[in-house]
Formats: sequence, C-alpha cells, structure tokens
Amino acid sequence: MAQLRLEIVTPDKLVLSQDVDYVGAPGLLGEFGVMANHIPFLSALGIGSLMYKVGGKANYVFVAGGFAEVSGNKVTILAEVAERPEDIDIDRARRAQERAKQRMDREKDKVDFARAQSAMQRAFYRMRVRENAH
Amino acid sequence: MPALKDVKVKINAVRKTKQITKAMNMVASAKLRNAQSRIERFRPYADKFYEMLGELAKGADPSIHPLLEARAEVKTVLLVVITSDRGLCGAFNNNIINAALKVARAKAAEGKDVKIMCVGRKARDSFRRSSFEIVAAYVNEMAAFDFSLATRIGAEVIGGYVGGTYDEVTMAFGKFISLARQEPTLLPVLPLSPAEAGEVKEDVGAKAEYIYEPSVEGLLAELLPRFINVQIYRGLLDTSASEHAARMRSMDNATRNCDDLVSSLTLVYNKARQTAITKELMDIVGGSEALKG
Repeated sequence: MAQLRLEIVTPDKLVLSQDVDYVGAPGLLGEFGVMANHIPFLSALGIGSLMYKVGGKANYVFVAGGFAEVSGNKVTILAEVAERPEDIDIDRARRAQERAKQRMDREKDKVDFARAQSAMQRAFYRMRVRENAH
Repeated sequence: MPALKDVKVKINAVRKTKQITKAMNMVASAKLRNAQSRIERFRPYADKFYEMLGELAKGADPSIHPLLEARAEVKTVLLVVITSDRGLCGAFNNNIINAALKVARAKAAEGKDVKIMCVGRKARDSFRRSSFEIVAAYVNEMAAFDFSLATRIGAEVIGGYVGGTYDEVTMAFGKFISLARQEPTLLPVLPLSPAEAGEVKEDVGAKAEYIYEPSVEGLLAELLPRFINVQIYRGLLDTSASEHAARMRSMDNATRNCDDLVSSLTLVYNKARQTAITKELMDIVGGSEALKG
C-alpha cells in the first residue's frame, strides 16, 4: 500500500515527520480525510485535533491556526500551534477552559466573546487529544 | 610615582572586570547559538509559507483583501521598532533607533503623523525622550519569546491598519547577516504587495492545479494576517540573534582592553616597586657609610 508522508511544521520546530496511512484534519469547512494518491489540495485548518493512522493505530495531534497542503503523497501541515499529546499540559487546558467559560458568561454579546470562544475551543481540543492518547 | 598599593588595587579591579566581560562573552555566544538554531528551525515553516502564499497570490487582485490595498492618502505611519532589552552590546541598539528616527523625522517632515510601537526596553527608553507618540511597548519580552509574541504584536498592527488608525506600517529591526555584521533594516510591512509575496517562487510554475478550500479568497484571508506574524517573528528572531552577536563582539573588545590595561598597569607597578627598592638600598648604603664615618 502506498504511503503518505505527513509533516507537521510550526514556527519553532518540526513537530512530526512520518510515513502514515491516513490523515484526518479539521478543515475550516469541516473535517477531511486524506489517503495516498490524493489530488493536490490546499485547505485552511480550524482549531481541532488532527488524526493520523499508522498500521491501524490512530494518533492525535492538537493543531490551531494552520494550513494543510497535499501534493504528491505528501501532507504538509503548517500550524502556528501543534502539540502532541505528551506535550499538552492538561491542567493548564482545564484552567483555560474554566476561564473561557467565565468570560463567555460575562461578555455574552461583546467583541471578546469570539476570543473567549476560540480559547474555549483550544482548551477543549487540547484535552480531547490528551485523553485520546490513553 | 603612584603608591604601590594603589596600583595593585587597580590591577585587581581590572582583572575582575575582565572576568565579568569574559563570562558575558561566553553567555552571549551560547545564546547566539541558541538564537541561530531558532532561525534555522523557523526556516522550513517560513519557506513553506512563502511557497503557499506565492501560489495563491499569483493572480490575486489587490482589492480582495484589505491588507493588500494601498491607501490613496497616507496620513498616519506606524513604525514598529525592535531592539533588545539590555545594553552592553555596542552601538547595536543605537543603530536601529537612529535608522528608525531618521525615517520617522522624514515622514513627519512630509506632514504625516508618526506613531511608534516599541519592542525591547532600549527602543522604549529612547523614543520616550523623542516627540513621537508611543502607542504600545513590549518590554522584557526579548529574553524569552515565542511565536505568541509575534501573534500579539501582529494582532495589534493588523487591527490598527484595518481599523484605519494606521495607513502604513514599517518595521525596524537588526538584520542578522553574519557574526561580524548586523544591519539595521527597515522593512515595509503594510500594505502588503502581492508581487512581493509572490516573487519567492517562480521555478515551481508547472505544478498540478490545486483544489482550494474554502476558496482562493478565503485562504488568502487566512494566510495574509499570518504572513504579518511571520514577518514580525522573523524580525524578532533576527534582532535577538544580532543582539547576542553584537554583545559577543563588544565583550570580546572589552576583554582585550582589560588585558591591555593590566599589562600597562603591571609595568607601572614594577617600575614603582623598582624605585622603592632602589630608594631603600640607597638608604641602607647611605646609613652604613655614615657609621663608618
């Protein structure tokens, strides 16, 4: 079976570079899946968990603010934040979620609502990626 | 002739200073290595980013995104000045500040309103003394920063530009060329020119057509603000590497000056000691001559 090369790059480092069978990414318009021999594809990513399968086993990476480029059996994820489960600080995410929740209640219709909402999303997906790892 | 003890004290003081400058030199060289490797690690991201943007911006019409559109009338100019927080690195910070001041004065002479955003304490301290308005200052961040600093600065810059507070944004920073060369550089940040973003790649022309999601315009709307962050981050990384390189060199000079000072002071010390011995001998000889009578 043909393999896909998955590369996840952030401004600070190369998070991952590995041969995988399948990549599922949180696109801005909904999740999409990529397998080998996909046509060239460029998409913006939302906040969420990126999943990749190696030998039937699913792995997760948290991504935020990124792009995915698929070309010639290579998937490049360009993200401002990308964290593997072992790098996620679950307590911090939990606290962030609490904070975001309070802020959202307080500022129901203010400009900061959107910001609190995305903070909430980040916290939620960080926790989910962390929990999926076990 | 100076007193022996005074010279000794002075020599010791200079030796201690030398120890400090030497230690600072070594610290700076370790930090420089660190900063350089960060630039290295940032390169794959930046390269890929330019590639994507180039692909998208090829046929883009400047009117599709507010960040691409040049204002017909430029009233307010924002200067983002990036320096280090700490001194003792030669003329490095002053060079950046002077370059920024020159532009600020030129723009002000054209009747434009100039505002300053400072990153690094040195920039803030010197622009406080000038007549230009400081809209924001990021101090004590340069010692340990990551991409989120660039994101925060970027958000402020983009917000101000889109909101119409600024009509033009330029960044002043210390470009890292080599260990021996750092150059104060002025980089126009906004408005973005699609040509500039697209010029990075021409060689990959005949590539398969991509499917874009959401759409070319939608992707550009996501990419362009992040492009500002990438440029700011690059400025931050470069300035940080340049700072350490400049400090390394100036501390190297200081260490050498200490060596020179110690050797010239030792000469003075030896001369003074010789004089003292001669004088003592003269006294003894004179005394015994007198006893012989």
